[in-house]
Amino acid sequence: MSAGKMLKQNQGVTSSPKSRLLGFATLLGLVTLFVFAFFLTDPDVRLHPTTGEEIGQFDAVRLLYLHVPMAIIGPYLAPLVGAVASIGYLIKRTPWWDVTAHAAIEVGAIFCGLVLVQGSIWGRPVWNTWWEWGDVRIMTTLILFLMLLGYLALRRVVADEHKQARRSAIVALVAAINLPIINRSVEWWESRTLHQKSTLSELKIEDLTFFTLMMGIVVFLMLFTWLVLHRFRLGWLEKESLKQEALTAIEERRAVAVTNEEETS
Amino acid sequence: MKQFMHDLLLVAKKDLRIEIRSRVIINQVVPFALLVLVLFGFALDADQKTLRAFSPGLFWIAVLLSLLLAIQRSVSLETANDSLTGLKLAGLSPVAIFFGKSVAIFTQLVFLEIFLTGGIIIFYGSVIEDPTLWVVAGLITALAVSVTGTLYGALASGLEVRETLLPILLLPVLAPVLIGATKAYSGALGETVSNGWQWTGLLSLFALIAATLGSLAYGVLVEE
Repeated sequence: MSAGKMLKQNQGVTSSPKSRLLGFATLLGLVTLFVFAFFLTDPDVRLHPTTGEEIGQFDAVRLLYLHVPMAIIGPYLAPLVGAVASIGYLIKRTPWWDVTAHAAIEVGAIFCGLVLVQGSIWGRPVWNTWWEWGDVRIMTTLILFLMLLGYLALRRVVADEHKQARRSAIVALVAAINLPIINRSVEWWESRTLHQKSTLSELKIEDLTFFTLMMGIVVFLMLFTWLVLHRFRLGWLEKESLKQEALTAIEERRAVAVTNEEETS
Repeated sequence: MKQFMHDLLLVAKKDLRIEIRSRVIINQVVPFALLVLVLFGFALDADQKTLRAFSPGLFWIAVLLSLLLAIQRSVSLETANDSLTGLKLAGLSPVAIFFGKSVAIFTQLVFLEIFLTGGIIIFYGSVIEDPTLWVVAGLITALAVSVTGTLYGALASGLEVRETLLPILLLPVLAPVLIGATKAYSGALGETVSNGWQWTGLLSLFALIAATLGSLAYGVLVEE
């Protein structure tokens, strides 16, 4: 039985009262965040000190309330969780660690992809370019994203459960260890960046801006936790259903063997 | 240690002997790499000045693409008759197998790099201004990519989609090597003002980490 069918039969099986509460809180948080980010906060408009001309990011700054939290989770937190869980698997060799690593990295890959796309949309009006070759953070995130896609491709390959878990753990670890080297190499490659050293200081943060940004980080952390939780449960069910399938197949074989034996005797 | 070196050389010699007898490297991989150089020529409009400017990058792209072929070959040698189990049953340590296979790929890559150097000198008109840097960076890069390639070859081995999985797993990991090697070779060719030795340092660091990590991970992989 596929995990999908199993889910249909046990509706809501990946959720529990507590995760439903978390999901509801996340949803509420997202709506509030959107209201704050897109309506309540001011656009970034400053006056040029000498010409008096209006400068700044204008409404594009609103995207940063989503971009910064996603950029913390996608390229940093998620691969870190994945790498720690992979080390856990290599030490303990239990499926719990393996499924956790898979869940974190899969959700991380989505966030990484979104950060790249959304950053590109933000970059067009502010930096006047969709893509900036040589920007350390963009390039590092892109290469990480490609490595995460490789990890997910490996997970899709049909193989023995332990074999797959072991190989995936190594790929996740190599990706995590390689990340600082990639970062360094890109930095040397083109030692310039359009990214601000710290977005927070650049924006001359006012109270509401700061609050919205912090709220964004908290809400996205909740979203990440909720997604990973559900992906973990789904992964677990998938594993269980495969085990069940194997057991059923063995049972059937046995039954056939017993019938054959009875017939011959 | 003596035993380790013996085992390592045994595996390396075995792989190289198979390569020499089958002549796949000389008949297929080297012509493929040269073909890539020629195709770049067509793609870039056969303008020698442009080609010269890009030759370090094109050189390493050709090496990486050929590396994929070499790794696939190396892996198929072990999976064909489940030879890896044979090697393990013979009492060889996984670390010795790992380094033995890496040495074999390293040797093939160095051989390939010699041909490609000739290729860019003839086709692109490149002039090597710092031969020491060229040789040292070439050797270290070959080392870095061969140990990484051996590890990833083992990761993808025995899977149905090995051919397509290997590039997507391996190439992003080798991104810093491509950057470093290209910069080092730009320095050696005098095309741009870049500190080639600094880049060679980064390449050495990568090679060291990849070798350590690879030798540890290979043991985990071959317990299967």
